[in-house]
Amino acid sequence: MSDWLPQVASTYGPRIDNLFYIVLYLTGGSFIITEALLLYFAVRYRYRPDRRAHYTHGNSTLEVVWTIVPAVVLVILTVMSKSAWDEVKHTWPESDVNLVITASQFNWEVRYPGADGKPDTADDVILNNEMHVPVGKPIRIQLRSKDVIHSFFLPNMRLKQDAVPGLTIPVWFEATRTGDFEIACAELCGFGHYTMHGVLTVHSLEEYKTWLEEAMKSAAPAPDAAASEGPA
Amino acid sequence: MSHAAAATHDHAAAHDHGPTSFWTKYIFSQDHKIIGIQFMLMSFLFMILGGFLAMMVRWQLAYPDSAVPMASLFPKGVLEEGHITPPVYNQLFTMHGTIMIFFVIIPMLTGAFGNYLIPLMIGARDMAFPKLNMLSYWVFIPAGIIMLYSFFVPQGPAAAGWTNYPPLSYDPQWTGVGKGQTLWLVALLISGTSSIMGSLNYITTIVNMRAPGMSFFRLPLSIWALFVTAILQMMATPVLASALGMLLLDKTLGTHFFAPTGGGQVILWQHVFWFYSHPAVYIMILPAMGFASDVIATFARKPIFGYKAMAYSMMGIAGLGFIVWGHHMFQSGMNPTLGTAFMMSTMLIAVPSAIKTFNWLGTIWRGNIQFTTAMLNGLAFVAMFIIGGLSGIFMANAPVDLYIHDTYFIVAHLHYVLFGGSMFGIFAAVYYWFPKMFGRRMNEAVGKIHFTLTFIFYNMTFFPMHFIGAGGMMRRIYDPTQYEFLKKWQPMNVFISHSAFMLGASQLIFMALFVYSMFKGKKADRNPWHANSLEWVADSPPPHGNFDQIPTVHRGPYEYSSPETKEDYYPQNAPSALPAGAPARVH
Ligand code: HEM
Ligand SMILES: [Cu+2]
Ligand SMILES: [Cu+2]
Repeated sequence: MSDWLPQVASTYGPRIDNLFYIVLYLTGGSFIITEALLLYFAVRYRYRPDRRAHYTHGNSTLEVVWTIVPAVVLVILTVMSKSAWDEVKHTWPESDVNLVITASQFNWEVRYPGADGKPDTADDVILNNEMHVPVGKPIRIQLRSKDVIHSFFLPNMRLKQDAVPGLTIPVWFEATRTGDFEIACAELCGFGHYTMHGVLTVHSLEEYKTWLEEAMKSAAPAPDAAASEGPA
Repeated sequence: MSHAAAATHDHAAAHDHGPTSFWTKYIFSQDHKIIGIQFMLMSFLFMILGGFLAMMVRWQLAYPDSAVPMASLFPKGVLEEGHITPPVYNQLFTMHGTIMIFFVIIPMLTGAFGNYLIPLMIGARDMAFPKLNMLSYWVFIPAGIIMLYSFFVPQGPAAAGWTNYPPLSYDPQWTGVGKGQTLWLVALLISGTSSIMGSLNYITTIVNMRAPGMSFFRLPLSIWALFVTAILQMMATPVLASALGMLLLDKTLGTHFFAPTGGGQVILWQHVFWFYSHPAVYIMILPAMGFASDVIATFARKPIFGYKAMAYSMMGIAGLGFIVWGHHMFQSGMNPTLGTAFMMSTMLIAVPSAIKTFNWLGTIWRGNIQFTTAMLNGLAFVAMFIIGGLSGIFMANAPVDLYIHDTYFIVAHLHYVLFGGSMFGIFAAVYYWFPKMFGRRMNEAVGKIHFTLTFIFYNMTFFPMHFIGAGGMMRRIYDPTQYEFLKKWQPMNVFISHSAFMLGASQLIFMALFVYSMFKGKKADRNPWHANSLEWVADSPPPHGNFDQIPTVHRGPYEYSSPETKEDYYPQNAPSALPAGAPARVH
């Protein structure tokens, strides 16, 4: 069963998976009990010409019990789930890996601020459908879209967020293992939707540093561009 | 209570045999029964088309690299060297969803059965507004024609999903579809108008035209369900109309409701759309819940367990249904604080669904269950609705939905409620009320073959979708084999597609049985199932005006196996079986 979900590789991923399994056991149990009763009653009380059905209109005590029990269980489940939601959506950990990802038909543009530390300047490192991050560090992303709605989906990180034109949406994750993972688009964005496919490489910290230095060197802007856009 | 008075009661009306010319009798009919049957046949036709589109989608997902079989039979320009192209693929699933929801399930439940059953089950001669009723059907037809016409315009029909999110749906440069996208909006605006007319009529009729003695708590649950549904429909459909209208203005007159470049809000569409479409999913299940309740009580030969709880939980579902729409938008960029609130309300809406399930179980408990085809479909409704309701809990859980949103898990959920729920409910209703509608019976043996095949292939098609959804497969993608992490699910995709083809083929049995029985089925008498509610008092099929005389109602519709009677049923209109003067039990 645990191999249904793709390998998990982020800090909050296991919390989400745990909730998934808690709900699975809860609903799985309810499923088995209710379907078993249905089947049992259907067989046990099948038609017999000499029998008469039991005449009853219900039972108020039972009615109250089977209203309150599911309600209480579901409220508890909600309360238990709230902190995981807050961790993903309401936290914004300090980080020095700050990226801007811009979706467009049918491409993920990944932007690293250059030496000036600011995004959207001439010395940015720009990659398409390719992303490199260090392991064990929070990664902060500003998510944007140029045209239609896309959805930034990192299955192994358990991260999904729509990229919406007109909005900049902050998301973060922290990878827990190195390796190559896939980037996908989860929101229908046109005929090329299925091609919005990229690779996320999680490096060790040193590897990442080397990679970034190399990338910044080759992305270094022409001198005059740097003069006009660089910090005064 | 005097029955003599009831007998003379509007005796004159019974002698009005209604219109006699073919046109006024069968085409421009104001008779609720004919209108109901018109909606039903129309929905079946659309179901054939919708089903065909689904088969094409499944072909592509199983064999993304292979040409479609019999490609030469397709109109020129649809396929490219026999292959489905990515833009056509988007049109296939968009039109599949649109047609099944707006042109099959909603018109079947509310248009067909709502029209047919309401006057008969409450003991009225017709709807409150027969002309409006006819109009609601004849307004629905152009909506269907426009939707069909959109298949033939340049670049074809809409391709932005049945949810039609702008900006994708907004500008032809993004979908590659021009006019088709606009026609989609126009067709739905018109069909919404038809729904509003219908629901207004249903509410008025149920409130004002119940037979003497038919108090609200003596209404069959089908009528309760259709009543609550009509209220939902009247309140929610105008909201959809406003969304459609705004988008239409954006597209045609250059307004900017949804265009960020003009100060519009992209997410506004989703709020307004889901504010309608969440209640709409209950529009698509509540009537089926009502039908299943009636079928199950009749064939378990037992009163509904917790009748009032059943009625109140439908009202609960309807009320809560208006405050859960945000669960479709957890990942949309909506303020995440709202996520917690919508998670709470969505969890709570599962409670009335649970109550109903327990009450259905309570109803068959210690019954004397007759396994007719209608009953098998009714029980399948309960069994499948349990699965769909439970999978809803996964998605109601916002952190879990982070991962499974927009995957095949959602597709599994929505088909367990809409096919497993609504469609089995519709099948139950068709097999149950067919003898009333056409005065003929459907063959039980063939019906059971249809049921068994449908039940098996249905589960083989949709259950595995939970697994590939949990595996992360996105919905609406043209070619899952492009992704490394989805490769291991491809054999399952093939399995699902084969099951789907068998599921589709099994429906041919139903269509043949339906058409054959309409003309050649065994004659049915008035009350073939020995049921209690008023429609069984009328002739099969009921004449214009329904009843020889308006029945007087003495009790609730679920008095099966009552100690007061020797028979195991006790029709709502039957005079008390107790000796005169004995205290009657009132339910
Ligand atoms: C126990 C009650 C239910 C709960 C808790 C529930 C929960 C949800 C949630 C949270 C979603 C959104 C998931 C996502 O997109 O990430 C959803 C989607 C959906 N639900 Fe339910 N649901 C329930 C019952 C129903 C019923 C009764 C129906 C219809 C008869 C229904 C039809 C749908 C449909 C059609 C969608 C998909 C819409 C789309 O295309 O995106 N649900 N449900
Ligand atoms: Cu996309
Ligand atoms: Cu919903």
